[in-house]
Amino acid sequence: MTSIAQSGTIRSKAPVANGKPRRNWQRIRRGINQNMPFFLMTLPALAHVILFRYVTLPYILIAFERYRIQDGIFRSKWVGLYNFSFLFGLSEKGWQMTRNVLGYNLTFIVIGTVSSVAVAVLLAEVFKSVWARYYQTLMFIPQFLSWVIIAYIGLAFLHKDTGFVNQFLIQLEQKPVDWYNSPKFWPFILLIAYMWKNLGAAAVIYLAGILRINPEYYEAASIDGANRWQQIRYITLPRLQPLIIILTLLSIGQIFNADFGMFYQFPRYYANLTLIPVLEVIETYVYRAIGGGGGVGSGGGANLEMAAAAGLYQSVVNFVLVVLANWFVRRIDPDRALF
Amino acid sequence: MHATQTGSSRNRPRNSYGRFWRILIHLALLGLSLAFLLPLLLVVAGSVSDEQLVIAHGYRFIPEKFSLFAFDFVLKDPGPIISGYRVTTTVTVVGTLISLFIMALMAYALSRREFRFRHLISFIVYFTMLFSGGLIPYYILMVRVLDLKDTMWALILPGLVTPFYVLILRSYFDGLPQELLDAARIDGASEWRIFFSIALPLSTPVLVTIGMLTVISYWNDWFNALLFIDTPRLHPLQLLLYRLMQNLAFLTQNMKNLPPGTRLPPIPTSTIRMTLAVLGTVPPVIVFLFLQKYFVGGLTIGALKGGGDE
Repeated sequence: MTSIAQSGTIRSKAPVANGKPRRNWQRIRRGINQNMPFFLMTLPALAHVILFRYVTLPYILIAFERYRIQDGIFRSKWVGLYNFSFLFGLSEKGWQMTRNVLGYNLTFIVIGTVSSVAVAVLLAEVFKSVWARYYQTLMFIPQFLSWVIIAYIGLAFLHKDTGFVNQFLIQLEQKPVDWYNSPKFWPFILLIAYMWKNLGAAAVIYLAGILRINPEYYEAASIDGANRWQQIRYITLPRLQPLIIILTLLSIGQIFNADFGMFYQFPRYYANLTLIPVLEVIETYVYRAIGGGGGVGSGGGANLEMAAAAGLYQSVVNFVLVVLANWFVRRIDPDRALF
Repeated sequence: MHATQTGSSRNRPRNSYGRFWRILIHLALLGLSLAFLLPLLLVVAGSVSDEQLVIAHGYRFIPEKFSLFAFDFVLKDPGPIISGYRVTTTVTVVGTLISLFIMALMAYALSRREFRFRHLISFIVYFTMLFSGGLIPYYILMVRVLDLKDTMWALILPGLVTPFYVLILRSYFDGLPQELLDAARIDGASEWRIFFSIALPLSTPVLVTIGMLTVISYWNDWFNALLFIDTPRLHPLQLLLYRLMQNLAFLTQNMKNLPPGTRLPPIPTSTIRMTLAVLGTVPPVIVFLFLQKYFVGGLTIGALKGGGDE
């Protein structure tokens, strides 16, 4: 293995008497020796990334073809954007999925950010007390549960016969509701579920951001006579802004992606098809298209190439949105942008 | 590096506030955290309730009649559950170890300024955070190209590298004192040696954090199993729970100790469901409760990347 001592000797830098350009060859060799360990270090992870993210790319072509398995990618007939037509709002399904995904995600981003920042501010206020640890931990626990488990929890509350909510309603002499078959409630239910699962982690991240703010700002402000509320408004929030922007930008980069678990497992999509209008997102649609959904009539009228088109549509839109959002932020304040 | 005062009393001058607001805030936070806890309590309560009363009166936070029948039923022949645990634990442990190792290696290499291809490889890796091919290409890759259907590798392999974590790890390695690493190199240590003997031991906090996140991710993953696993023997815990949600008979079909032709008592569906949820949840929660102080600390380091202050 090349060491500094060997590679730095004058011997390798001296011009050679026999006229051959040995200098370059030595330098290249040294470069290789020096960089090789690093390169080898990146190799496993790099191979993984290339395999899963780049090698998969050619299959995107399926979205543009009338794909037949026996023909493979390169011999199936090319149909251009035909497979996308159902997505671009020219069909009710496409519109439904787009509306759902955007509607939910925008709501989640806005309400999620506001509430987790608010909770983080509250946590920061009481951070030195012993209780703070308990609050944080308790709020964090739902992060650890998969949507499959949360589906069971949902069942405990929302089951039409044994669910707690309906029993509670009966106690109040109200009529019980068949929750799993009432689409109109689910946007709210999903919002609550989303908040329950994610608020803890988001609040902790913002809390970390708040705690890194230089305490001298606060001291100076309180000397100047600012009360707590003013301190929060003029110090905490502005200082938190870069973090908020970055996390929001990252969320926007995922805005067309739906958490499959939240939409498929939690509402028990496979058992409650009446909920599809408010639940259908690209992920669920694609999943059914590839024949998933065991037991329930799968397919949903889609096929492999439409599913591929849907996936590509998602990626492209996400990409464009994040670039746009980043450009927008860059115009306001270049330091705050992602790239 | 500036002083990171985490919640010391210097941080919050306690003058213009008064006890009233403090108590109010505590109450609000207390209420909030209890609200977070309640759903779990309902499930736990449901798992130890009497089935008939649950059918009649629904799940209650405090069981009308305490009964361990559901647990007894499941644990009497825990075959499928144990199998689920076995698969999930294996996948999680193996996956997390490999993942941490190869990501830390890459992050370390990317943090070294002498590495000529550093920018190129960084770009290749981070760019993938912005797009992906979608489900269909992924599925085709796993099933047709790599032929991993119905194997444990199908559960381990996809989650090994997360570019975001590589970013966090690399940030951390950037923060290690260069002089230390250079000194080691001058002393003749190879890069590998430097990594294992110096960089790695120094990065315990970030490794624990990313490790925990990876563990959670593997433990909870049911999607890969849903796509690729058919044999009951290879069902990870979450997938098993999903199948059971649809059809509890899946459980009895796979219990091994029942002599053929046994007529089982009717399955106490409602309470068994809660029992399953408890069995699927308790281990990760307990692990978290034990490790949480490292975890929260580690997240603050992760937050170093964005929102930094001077």
